[in-house]
Parts: sequence; C-alpha cells; structure tokens
Amino acid sequence: MAIDRAEVERIAELARLEIAPERMGRMATELSAVLEFVAALGRLDLARLAPSTFAPAGTPLRADELDDRRIPAAEALSAATEHDDGFFLVPPIVENVNP
Amino acid sequence: MSAPEAWRLSATALAARVRGGELAVDDAVEAGWRGPAGTWEAEVRAVVHADPAARAAARPREGPLAGVPVLVKDNICTTDYPTTCASRILAGYRPPYDATVVSRLRAAGAVVVGKGNMDEFAMGSSTEYSCYGPTRNPYDLDRVPGGSSGGPAAAVAYGLCPLALGSDTGGSVRQPAAFCGVLGLKPTYGRFSRYGLVAFGSSLDQVGIFARHTGDLAAAYAALAGPDPLDATTRPGEAPDVSGWRAGVTGLSFGWPANLWREGVDPEVVGGLEEAAARLERSGATRVTFDFLPGEYSVAAYYLVATAEASSNLARFDGVRYGFRHADSADLRALYTRTRSEGFGPEVQRRILLGTYALSAGYYDAYYLTAQRARTRIREEYRAAFARCDFLMMPAAPSLPFRLGEKIEDPLAMYLSDIFTIGANLAGIPGLSVPVGLSRAGLPLAVQMLGPEDGEPVLLRAAAVLEAGGEVARLEGEDTPEFAWPTKR
Amino acid sequence: MAYEAVIGLECHIQLATRTKMFCGCPAEFGAAPNSNVCPTCLGLPGALPRTNRAAVDAALRLGLAVGCELRPVSEFARKNYFYPDMPKNYQITQYDRPLCEGGALPVALEGGARRFGLIRIHVEEDTGKSFHPERHGDRPVSRVDFNRAGVPLLELVSRPDFRAPAECAAFLTALRRLVRWLGISDADMEKGHLRCDANVSLRPLGQEAFGTKTEIKNLNSIKGVEKGLHAEIARQRALLESGGRIEQSTLLYDADHDRLAVMRSKEYAHDYRYFPDPDLPLLVVEETWIEDARGALPELPWAREARFATQYGLPGYDAAVLTETRELADYYEDLARGLDGKLASNWVMTEVLRAVKEESLTLAAWSAKVPAGRLRGLLAKVAARELPGPLAKQVFAWMRDEDGTVDELLERHGVRAQGSVAELEPLVVAVIEAHPGPVAQYLAGKTATLGFLVGQVMKRSGGQAVPQVVRELLEAELARRSGS
Ligand SMILES: [Mg+2]
Ligand SMILES: [Zn+2]
Repeated sequence: MAIDRAEVERIAELARLEIAPERMGRMATELSAVLEFVAALGRLDLARLAPSTFAPAGTPLRADELDDRRIPAAEALSAATEHDDGFFLVPPIVENVNP
Repeated sequence: MSAPEAWRLSATALAARVRGGELAVDDAVEAGWRGPAGTWEAEVRAVVHADPAARAAARPREGPLAGVPVLVKDNICTTDYPTTCASRILAGYRPPYDATVVSRLRAAGAVVVGKGNMDEFAMGSSTEYSCYGPTRNPYDLDRVPGGSSGGPAAAVAYGLCPLALGSDTGGSVRQPAAFCGVLGLKPTYGRFSRYGLVAFGSSLDQVGIFARHTGDLAAAYAALAGPDPLDATTRPGEAPDVSGWRAGVTGLSFGWPANLWREGVDPEVVGGLEEAAARLERSGATRVTFDFLPGEYSVAAYYLVATAEASSNLARFDGVRYGFRHADSADLRALYTRTRSEGFGPEVQRRILLGTYALSAGYYDAYYLTAQRARTRIREEYRAAFARCDFLMMPAAPSLPFRLGEKIEDPLAMYLSDIFTIGANLAGIPGLSVPVGLSRAGLPLAVQMLGPEDGEPVLLRAAAVLEAGGEVARLEGEDTPEFAWPTKR
Repeated sequence: MAYEAVIGLECHIQLATRTKMFCGCPAEFGAAPNSNVCPTCLGLPGALPRTNRAAVDAALRLGLAVGCELRPVSEFARKNYFYPDMPKNYQITQYDRPLCEGGALPVALEGGARRFGLIRIHVEEDTGKSFHPERHGDRPVSRVDFNRAGVPLLELVSRPDFRAPAECAAFLTALRRLVRWLGISDADMEKGHLRCDANVSLRPLGQEAFGTKTEIKNLNSIKGVEKGLHAEIARQRALLESGGRIEQSTLLYDADHDRLAVMRSKEYAHDYRYFPDPDLPLLVVEETWIEDARGALPELPWAREARFATQYGLPGYDAAVLTETRELADYYEDLARGLDGKLASNWVMTEVLRAVKEESLTLAAWSAKVPAGRLRGLLAKVAARELPGPLAKQVFAWMRDEDGTVDELLERHGVRAQGSVAELEPLVVAVIEAHPGPVAQYLAGKTATLGFLVGQVMKRSGGQAVPQVVRELLEAELARRSGS
C-alpha cells in the first residue's frame, strides 16, 4: 500500500503537523516503505483470531472519594507559556461560524 | 574499599554499607560523579539533567537501596529534575509529581542522581534522536549505546551508578543493555506502574531496570513491582518473589528457536548465544529445540500498534498547558501545528503520522485491527512455547552496536534492530538481556531470555548463572564477580 | 409537498458524583478556575485515568430504569480531536461496546403516553470550559478553565423517533424528571447539567428513506430545544420547497436571537480515530452489581404516576404534578395515609406548592418545617368536618410559621375549634330562620345581605366564631335551601 503526498497531507492535518513541502516526498516514501513492510501481516492466518485486548480481570474501580492529588492553580498554570488571572490562554477559539 | 572506589560496588553492597554506617550517604550518592563520570560523561553524554543540590537534598540511610544512586530515564516524571523525553516540545518542563516507580525507589532509600538521555519520546533504537544530541557507547565512542534508553544503559556501564531506570516499549531497555554490556530487565506488562512514565505505546510500555549484577536487579525489582491504584493496567496481586535468584537452573528447560538466527544475525552474536546455552546446560538446564514465528511479524504488528497509540498519547503536546509553544501563532490551528512541527523531531513526526494513518477512517480495520489480531497470534505463539520450556533464549539484537549515523537515515533498518525484543512487548511477557562477554573487537555480547507472564524469578536465576560463569556459589553475599568495565580507547 | 420531520436526540447528562470520572478531584461547580485539577484531569505527561465506580453505577441505574440491555463487559475508547478545553486532545468515552443499549423512555404526551426508543447510554468524561472571545492586553484570546474537565457524563442517544419539536421537549422533560428521580444528576439545563444536541432531517410524507440531516448544538433549555427545532425545520422546509438541497452540517442555535448559525459543514467533518483506550482494561460489571442496582431502584416516576391515579383516584393532571419529583411524591403519599387522596392532592397542589414557591424552599426544607404528619393532622380534621375550610387554611398559615399541633395552634390563637362546626351549625340555622327577609333578598341575588347574617351569627356565638367560618357555613346552608 503506497501512500502519496495528498494522503500525507490529510494525515498531517489530522495530527496537527505541518510537513514542509521539500520533506513531503521523502515522508511519503518512508511511510510507504513501512506500510509495505507491515503488509507481511497479510501472510498470517488471522481470520479466526480476536484482536488482542486486556485480560478479563476488568478495570479496577475507584470509590467516589476525594484524593490528595490536586495541584494548586498557581502550580498548574506555572508550566504554561501563557496564562492570566487563573486561566490558560489560547488564541481565540473560532468555531468556523458562517452566519 | 575506600569511599572513592565505592562506585564499583553493587547496589546491594553499597546499601549495606550505608545502612551499616561504613559509608557516608554522600559518598555513596556522589561516588559515580566524583569517580568515573569525570572521565566518561563529557564524551558519553548519558545524563541530560543533573543537579548536585537535588542529590544533596536526599540523605536516606535506611531501606534495601539506602543511598544507592539511580539514573532515571528522562521520560519518567521526577519533581526534582525536568522531565522532557529528550524533546524540544517539553523543554524545561518540570512535573509536579513523581512517577510511582520513582516514589518507590525513594521509599527504598535510593537517590535519583539525574535524568538519562534517550531517543525523543522513546522512539528509536540508538539514542541518536535526542534534542540533547546522541549518547555514545562507553565500549566504543564511535558506536551507539542502543536505545531508546541509551543514557541510563551507558551510565550503568561506565560506573556512574549501579542501577538505572529505563522504559521498554519494543526493546528499549534490553537492546541498549545488550549494546552496553549490562543487564536489562523488562518486567511482565503491568508489574511496574506506568503512572508517571510518559506514554508512548501504552499497551506495550513498561519501566525497566539496568544493573551490573543480577542481585541488584532482584533488589530493584522487589522495590518496584506490585499493583498501583494509580495505574489501572497494573496486575492485581502480589508480585512474584525474586529472592531465590541464586537458586541455579538445575531442572529448568530453555527453548532454542534456532530458526530465528539462521540468517541476518551477526555470527559473533550467535557465538555468544551458543556459549551461553552451553553454560546453562553445564549448570543443569536442558535445551528444547523448536521453530518459532519469525520476528518480522512482530515488528510489523508493533509499528502499527505502538504508533497508533503514540499518535493519540502525543496529542496532548500542543503548547497550551506546558512545554514549548510556538511564539507566533495568531490562531489555534497555527498554535497546534507550529508548536508540534517545531517541537517534535522527525522520527516522532514520522511515527505520529504512521499511527494517525493506521487509525484513520477507512484504514482502521486493515491496519490497526489487523495488527491487534496479529498480536493475538504472537501471544499464542509465546504461550505455546512456554508450554514446552521454562524460558526462551534468543539474541537481544541481531547485531553488535552499530556506528553513529549508520541507520539514522533508514527508519526501517532501525526498526529491524528490535526484531528480537518487540515480541515480548506485544505478548506482555518479561525479558532480560544479559551480557556474556566481549566480541573480538571488544564490544559487548549479550543474550536475551524471555519468560512467561510473571516469569521474572526464573529469568533472574538464569541470569545469575550466566553472570557467575555457571558458579552461582560465587554470588553469595557481596562477593560479586567483577564487572567487565569498559576501557576508554 | 407535505414534509415530515425526523428528529433524533443526543443528550449529555452531567452526573452528581463527588469526584470526577477518572480522578479524585472534586466534580463540584463554582471553584476558582483551574483549582480542581490534578495530573490526570489536566492531561499532564505520564498521568493515567482510574474509573469512578459511582459514575458507572449511575449509568447502570439509568440503563435499568429505561430497560436497556446492560453489557457485562464494555469498553472505554478514545475519541481523538484537538480542542483547547480537552486536556489530552482525546476524550475517554465508549464507542463500539457501550455499557447500555436499547431501552425506551415513557413520555406523557397530549395524545397519551408514548415510549421513545433509545440506541445507547454510555459513560464518558466532560471537557473543560473555554470563554471567548475575550481580550488580554491588545490581543483577542480565549480563556480555558479545566475544573470541569473529567467530570462524569452519561451520553444518551435516542432513536430518530421524534416527528415534532413538542415530542422532543416532552422527552427532555421526562428525562430530566427521571435522572433527578434516580438522584444521578441535578439536570439543570441552565447550568449545563443536561445538554442536548439534535439531528434533524425532513422527508416527503410517506417516504421511507431519511433526508439529509443536520445537527443542531447548543440547545440549552427545554424551550430552546423546541424553538431551535422549529427554526431548523422551517429553514429546511423553505430550502426544499425552493428546490434547494440540504447540506450536511452542524449548526449552533442562538436562543437570544432565535437564530441558527452554521458551525461547520461537511468538509470539516471529523475523523475521530476511535480506538480502545489502552490505559483502561475492559469495564466488567458483575451480575451481582447489576442485581444490587436493580434492587436499589426506586419505583419509577411513570409507574408511580399511574399508581397515584388508580390507588388515590386522582385525575391524570394531579398524578403528573405530584410525581414531578420523588420528594414531592413521597410527601404526598405520606400525607395521604388514611385520608381521601383527592383532598390530600388538592392541598399539596394548591397550598403546599404555593407556600414552597412563595418561600423559595426546597421540598426537603418544607418537609422539615411542616412534616407530612403534621399537615395530615390538619387534613384529618377537615375531612371529619371538625374544621371548616377557611379555618383550616388559617391554621395552615399558622403552621408555616409556628410549631405545634392543630389544637395547640387553635388554642394559642384563641379559636375554639373543637366541635366548632357542630356548635355553629345550629346557630346558622337559627339565624336563617329568624331573618326570612334578608334571606329572601340574598337568595334573590342581593348577596351583600350576607354580611348582616354573619353578624347575627357572630352575636349569637358570643364573638367566639371565626367570621370566615361562619360565612362559609351560611353560604353552604343558603345554597342548600335555594337548591331544594
Ligand atoms: Mg459524547
Ligand atoms: Zn483531577
């Protein structure tokens, strides 16, 4: 399965990455090589097999009780490049609204 | 032994002296820094964050690892050092909490002496994909230490500390351990908490241990293993008891899937493997020969599952709450795209793209789901093998340590250097890489042993036999054999 | 051409748990921004989720109440998309294997009760909140608060079984009553505890196939749901009638201006890349847990409503009002013990609810003030005709502010209530017979003469009678005479 530039662009968009035009061709080639390699899985007889999943023990469930892992707002914010008045700041969220 | 020589001691011996008051904690913790680091660190570059004040702040005198210095891979959260995954996107980031493995290390008396270099986000097999630059192999500075936990492996090898923590998603502890001539244990999936280990492939990631001596692995395993309420994927129930690591291998059988190394494996690696097998047989173990599913399938399944999980795990690095943020982003889309494109290195971007593709509409069944089915097939293969033997032997890596730059331009070749280690991650079983001597060129030779789930006690018994050249009695008490130290050339 | 609307609802119910879905932070509302956060709900590197049992239990209770099939083994999945109020840039939700599937919610409609089918109910985590547009210095920004990030939600998806906005409004009203009844959510739409999106399409009447649908978000009140849907149906109808095509899109309803805005059209359609969350093993719900949840279910509102109608002989309207909340239904049933059901209903629906409203009390606070048993003492006397209505209302008013039984209140206020009706009735008869002139005038329609007759009875009672009571007795007796 080869992957072309348009496909790389589509995935990059989903992943919020920007591949410079000059790197695009090479990225497509490298990804195609990996996909070609993983096509080997087609040689295994997998039809009767369920996808791997967790052991049947089940997820542990937590009692609905407060714990002490909270971090103070000042500390939570301190790692952010931009914050103000207790809030994290981001560029304006525009919802693609076409009135 | 005088304080300046304390860096040569095993972790357990060091801790015993600290507890007994024969060695000052300061001398124990600083031994490697005052000793070999002065000679080695500037060239090897195993450590990416160090802080004498942070080391001095901890003065534990009690516990099984009292005063033992431990280097921790830079993707394991520590409150006293940055945790950056060797990525620009986490530049300067300091977590507000300790990973569970770090809290448990500290509770056992160990002291975190710094953070170890790695491939960015643990994606790589050579520690060349680091924003801090590569780590070099102490046995040959032109060669890679393996990866992704190359920093911790190299530091243990040259004597900075007797123990280090790495993470192993596809062999990232066992392969660098093999390249650096130290022991590297990847436990059973869920035996060590992942809370505080920055996720790469969550269903494959395990914290692992580097050591120079089997007894140190056992001590560290005992301190770290066990359920953690903060990690829903830890195994319930008590961890297996590894205190019998000196019990020898009499009566044990090991699987010998020789079809796996019939081609494509360095003859010296095969030679080391043969010699190790012979040593185990002389010590009372029996060899069971059978064919095993070729490793290419594991590599293929792995590069879909691990990258799919990574594409989602790494989505949180967006410049909003922590880490690097592109300064000039007028809109949200630009903030995300520029931050991530400049913050992540090329290999990380490649894997995020691959994983995004494997999960995207129209490809999920063909890639992600097929890989998860193959994973079931691979698990069954291991289960069937362990019905016939107590543990499996195989190489840790197909080659000896390769040269810097040798594979960096060829992602697929780099991926194939994990061909023997990846299966254990897919199957969730423990694996242990053990040094078995040096090649003609003086490079470390190693073998890998794989066990069934919770098979760590058996793996440690076999490792002890190999460490002691078959004479397990030598390992009584502190009288461990001298480690094959690298000599700088 | 006549068109028919096809509507499906997707509701998010914020659960009233103490802690968040996957961490031990308070799920409460109103704390300082970014103060109820921890490594997990802030999406810090290395942090992992751990599931809140109470949230799963709430889902089980709702699922059982509406007759869903419960999956003993369900799965958490990641829904991947970038949004600044979502800390991990994925949401932990359920996808392929949700906890609850099927079931139906009974809804009272004008034409009678109907059951609206459900597709699924699952558990998931909420996002944080963003505030925009705002400014920081000279720049436009959005501000983000993660206190709400990770609060547990139930997502309930209906079948596309609605044909009119009023049905949707009734469904939401019934859903709100149910989740409050089960104690799993405060379901205050204003506060976002209950949020609703709708899928709407139109098709020519009689046509089987669905038309192209649009999704309306931001329907944040029951009235808003109805108005927003009307607006969208009108928009689609106008478009179709003018020969246009409906474009698959997401719209935002602006309730303030009764207007719809296109949020994103199909070209922005998301690819969520769902996959099982590797941090969370399968969610296993043992049979005993389900049985415990089933055993703990209260009598459900619609069942209780039906029972009130038959057991207490109440009109449907009364039964519906009295089962609006579980507290009210409990209060009513406690009050009605040994009484005429309709009498108790009348008192609750008029006097009690009015008092509660006037004093802005919760029913719990009201019950603490005027327990059902105390009010029952009053109504028993009314039923036994020991207290005339007006006096009973006077006593009720005293009850609201004072302690004491009915007798104590009467005594405290100097009213001889014991047998007062029995004592007054002969006086009333005597006065009527003694004053045939005014009586004839009254009966002829000159009702002002009633005051004179009241005065006469008061005189004969030595000033002991309550004028209101006397007035009522006189009216009753005069009405009886005029009718005979
Ligand atoms: Mg949802
Ligand atoms: Zn939290």
